[in-house]
Amino acid sequence: VANMMNLSRSVALISLFLLPLLSFSFSVDNPTDRRVLVLLDDLSLKSSHSIFFSTLKSRGFDLDFKLAEDSKLALQRYGQYLYDGLIIFAPSTERFGGSLDSKSIADFVDSGRDLILSADTSASDLIRGIALECGVDFDEDSSAMVIDHSSFSVSDVDGDHTLIAADDLVKSHAILGKTKIEAPVLFRGVAHSLNPTNNLVLKVLSASPSAYSANPSSKLSSPPQLTGSAISLVSVMQARNNARVVISGSLQLFSDKLFRSGVQKAGSPNKYEKSGNEQFATELSKWVFHERGHLKAGSLVHHRVGETDEPAIYRIKDDLEFSVEILEWSGKSWEPYVADDVQVQFYMMSPYVLKTLSTDKKGLFHTSFKVPDVYGVFQFKVEYEKLGYTTLSLSKQIPVRPYRHNEYERFIPTAYPYYGACFTTMAGFFVFSFVYLYHK
Amino acid sequence: MGGKQDPTANGSPKSESMGAKKASPDLLNSSFSFKSLKLKTKQQELLLRVSILGLVYVLAFIARLFSVLRYESMIHEFDPYFNYRTTLYLTEKGFYEFWNWFDSESWYPLGRIIGGTLYPGLMVTAALIYWTLRFLRFFVHIREVCVLTAPFFASNTTIVAYFFGKEIWDTGAGLVAAALIAICPGYISRSVAGSYDNEAVAIFALLLTFYLFVKAVKTGSLSWALGSAFGYFYMVSAWGGYVFIINLVPLYVLVLLITGRYSMRLYVAYNCMYILGMLLAMQIRFVGFQHVQSGEHMGAMGVFLLMQVFYFLDWVKYQLNDTKLFQTFLRITVTSAILVGGIALGVGTASGYISPWTGRFYSLLDPTYAKDHIPIIASVSEHQPTAWSSFMFDYHILLFLFPAGLYFCFKRLSDATIFIVMYGLTSLYFAGVMVRLILVATPAVCLISAIAVSATVKNLTSLLRTKQKVPQTGSTKGVGSSKSSSKVTLDQSQPFQKNGAIALLVGVFYLLSRYAIHCTWVTSEAYSSPSIVLAARGAHGNRIIFDDYREAYYWLRQNTPTDAKVMSWWDYGYQITAMGNRTVIVDNNTWNNTHIATVGRAMSSYEDEAYDIMRSLDVNYVLVVFGGVTGYSSDDINKFLWMVRIGGGVYPVIKEPDYLVNGEFRVDKGASPKMLNCLMYKLCYYRFGELVTEYGKPTGYDRARGVEIGNKDIKLEHLEEAYTTSNWIVRIYRVKPPTNRL
Repeated sequence: VANMMNLSRSVALISLFLLPLLSFSFSVDNPTDRRVLVLLDDLSLKSSHSIFFSTLKSRGFDLDFKLAEDSKLALQRYGQYLYDGLIIFAPSTERFGGSLDSKSIADFVDSGRDLILSADTSASDLIRGIALECGVDFDEDSSAMVIDHSSFSVSDVDGDHTLIAADDLVKSHAILGKTKIEAPVLFRGVAHSLNPTNNLVLKVLSASPSAYSANPSSKLSSPPQLTGSAISLVSVMQARNNARVVISGSLQLFSDKLFRSGVQKAGSPNKYEKSGNEQFATELSKWVFHERGHLKAGSLVHHRVGETDEPAIYRIKDDLEFSVEILEWSGKSWEPYVADDVQVQFYMMSPYVLKTLSTDKKGLFHTSFKVPDVYGVFQFKVEYEKLGYTTLSLSKQIPVRPYRHNEYERFIPTAYPYYGACFTTMAGFFVFSFVYLYHK
Repeated sequence: MGGKQDPTANGSPKSESMGAKKASPDLLNSSFSFKSLKLKTKQQELLLRVSILGLVYVLAFIARLFSVLRYESMIHEFDPYFNYRTTLYLTEKGFYEFWNWFDSESWYPLGRIIGGTLYPGLMVTAALIYWTLRFLRFFVHIREVCVLTAPFFASNTTIVAYFFGKEIWDTGAGLVAAALIAICPGYISRSVAGSYDNEAVAIFALLLTFYLFVKAVKTGSLSWALGSAFGYFYMVSAWGGYVFIINLVPLYVLVLLITGRYSMRLYVAYNCMYILGMLLAMQIRFVGFQHVQSGEHMGAMGVFLLMQVFYFLDWVKYQLNDTKLFQTFLRITVTSAILVGGIALGVGTASGYISPWTGRFYSLLDPTYAKDHIPIIASVSEHQPTAWSSFMFDYHILLFLFPAGLYFCFKRLSDATIFIVMYGLTSLYFAGVMVRLILVATPAVCLISAIAVSATVKNLTSLLRTKQKVPQTGSTKGVGSSKSSSKVTLDQSQPFQKNGAIALLVGVFYLLSRYAIHCTWVTSEAYSSPSIVLAARGAHGNRIIFDDYREAYYWLRQNTPTDAKVMSWWDYGYQITAMGNRTVIVDNNTWNNTHIATVGRAMSSYEDEAYDIMRSLDVNYVLVVFGGVTGYSSDDINKFLWMVRIGGGVYPVIKEPDYLVNGEFRVDKGASPKMLNCLMYKLCYYRFGELVTEYGKPTGYDRARGVEIGNKDIKLEHLEEAYTTSNWIVRIYRVKPPTNRL
């Protein structure tokens, strides 16, 4: 017992030394994840999925493999998270060991950290629960698989058409990289659908219109609940705090076997030496761990034309200049972000001004406009939501006041007749009084 | 010294009013020098009058200090907090900053141009007092000045009442009027220390304007009319109730014209007052061009034009010397004048140059109008029709003396008495329409009652005196003809009359002393609570203070981000900005009905619908007032139907019947499902189901409504409790940001 105490004490001591070092690894300056916990329900997965893991390692990730049932599992210690990312390749685990449960994983995501979750046929309620937290519904029938009788892979030896060659990928360079994935992606696993009220989750790999979800070994007694392109095979979710989640219905998709196997889609003459799985999985992991598509914006800067300081209040019809700096993370350093679709709103309950910002290709986006002829408390708003990129949601409040009493025009040309009338009346009255009083 | 002053004090009776004030210090001196201890009757009377007035002046001030003694020197209620905040701004930043102040802390996100949407008279008055005191090296805090402005002006009003009473009847009536108005509950209700509202100075301005105008009509002097115009200007700068003046004065002129009392004096007084008053009033930004453009002011202009026609006809009549010809001319002129006026009014209204009457004006003429059309006006408790009991409460014996005073006025009809009769009758009608207008009627009621008291007492005492010293009584002029007629009857049944007179006098003094007791009691019990701090009697008769409002506002000030937006029902807007220093969505300046209706809609919607509304308004905190624990009845649940009505007036998705069961408003198990799940219900009763409020009652027993609540298991999804004050009167909730993953 004494030995154990000693050990735990030394562990605590070591982690105390490590803690300051560890806390450097995830910061705003370097959004890419570094330490990743991999939860497996069987350590053999480590070798059967070795290519995927080795690509991660080669990109500098520090993978920590643990059995899902490991009783010492913990995501955080002393209120500090020990990992930046989490890969759960444990579809059949009913209960995690240690302090881990679906709520702590949800908290992990809510703290801005990333997750790859892979289910498979007969996925446990725990895994389904985590997916549900992220807006993904797996098919309720635990023995159901995605079956597609028209776009299966010809290498499917069982003949039940559950090995699917899917090529309906999301069109986003940010998520899947600039190089097009030519070969179809092989998939064998469970179908899921997306929560329609959740607009943060989206399909990355969709099933073809002829797919459906059913138990391949039994006869269909009723029409399947999930059919066609409503079925998502792989989905991603980017939370509001820009935590990223990948949810796959197939664990095999990441396996060495499918990475290496050739693919030919049924009915298609194209035969590929190698499936698209490796490229797909690698690119997706680059996205989910923030090696790509991560934007950072500086503060919103605005001032009157010809001035440099930010005023506390604008006047209606002031001319102002607005700028914001946006940088993109390239995986190694911050590069200027170049786009022609960043917009700013001058907003009070509805946008009064909506302008597209022009960029100087050095990351600075700017524009100038006239404050509308409406007073109130306005906001500069930059709401940038581009597929695959982090969401930029910036706003800055600024009141707009009407003219002061001495800022109006003093003399209006059209009113000169009235000025004239006024003064002639005064003069006339004076003359009249004089004549009336001193006549005779 | 004293001897030298005598001739001026004994001078012409007309200058007496002017001389009274000047002579007072010398008279005080003379009373101290024993040589001239024996004063002449006239001097004695003057001394008496001045000392009575001085006492009344002090009395009016100290009677209003109950709340300061009982609580502390603080601002009361709702609107005064805004006035205080603006006054503070005025004294700190100066007049021009105040004039151009754009307030981004209220009516988020619309903002409010403070300088252009308030009557600056009150703030400028207080700031001037403050600056004067600073100049005299009295370093007081502006809050003390604000708190004591109302009593100070109430004292000044007594002086004006004295002169007014003297003008319409005699000095005796003036003194009685000053005494009556000094303690009349109808006036005290709005002028206790701390009730720093527009009415505090406006009643003074109102009475001053009327007094100066009556004086101008009586003398036909340009200078009095000019004074009256300036009084009117002060009134316009202080309170929206100036509309009463600009309608009553023309009405009075019209009545004089109809009754054949047209005179050159009237012509001078009205024309000068109207034209100059109008030009001066236009200088107030909030009023602007309303004098020539709004329907409420058209009557005054019409009478002004009619006056010119009258003058012209007079001149023509003088020139023509032919009755028949003049009759024809008169007919043509009057017809064409009315025709031209009618066409001008029609064209002006149709083209939109003349704005129609506002809702508030309509609701004055037709008490049921607001209830049907403008719920936001009808929802204010002080805009409700007056109950009989509150007349009794506010006027006490004046209610009986008023008709008697009218009788005396009619008996001695003059231009001045016609004015006070008209003022009394019209204002009393308006007082019946709206509770708060009792205030406007109070000076008239006091003056007319004072005439009754003074005339009665004078008659009775003269009855008593005639026996002892018959020759002396005839000397004073003021007694008039009524006395001499009574003298004739006096001789026949002297003993009976004398005893009767004594009995009646005792009766009068008994009534007046009851009045004084009643006024003191009302002031102390009903009108001296600041309503921001609540007091209740405990089980052992001890006072329990609920200071929850200030507790909540200081919590907001200390614990929320400086740019946090607080949503509450509009009643609390001014207090939140003044004491909590946080931005509010709506406040007591109910200028934008839609914005208030949006808040009403949010309060009466389900939580998720309300959440969308709150997000669109950037709301960070929601504040509700809840009396279920303390039994405080003017809380948000009791105001809730008005929120539904106001919200439903703009957004028809909110329907009042959804919140009622068989036309009944309930919060217990029998309440409608929408009521039990709307935001306001949830926020008020959150966690209330666990609480035992009263011994022997089930948990969740609402003491304000005396029922057990119907929904004890309240879960909040988008809001979380941020703060609840010690007696649960104010509850503040934080609006959560949208969920991270949905």
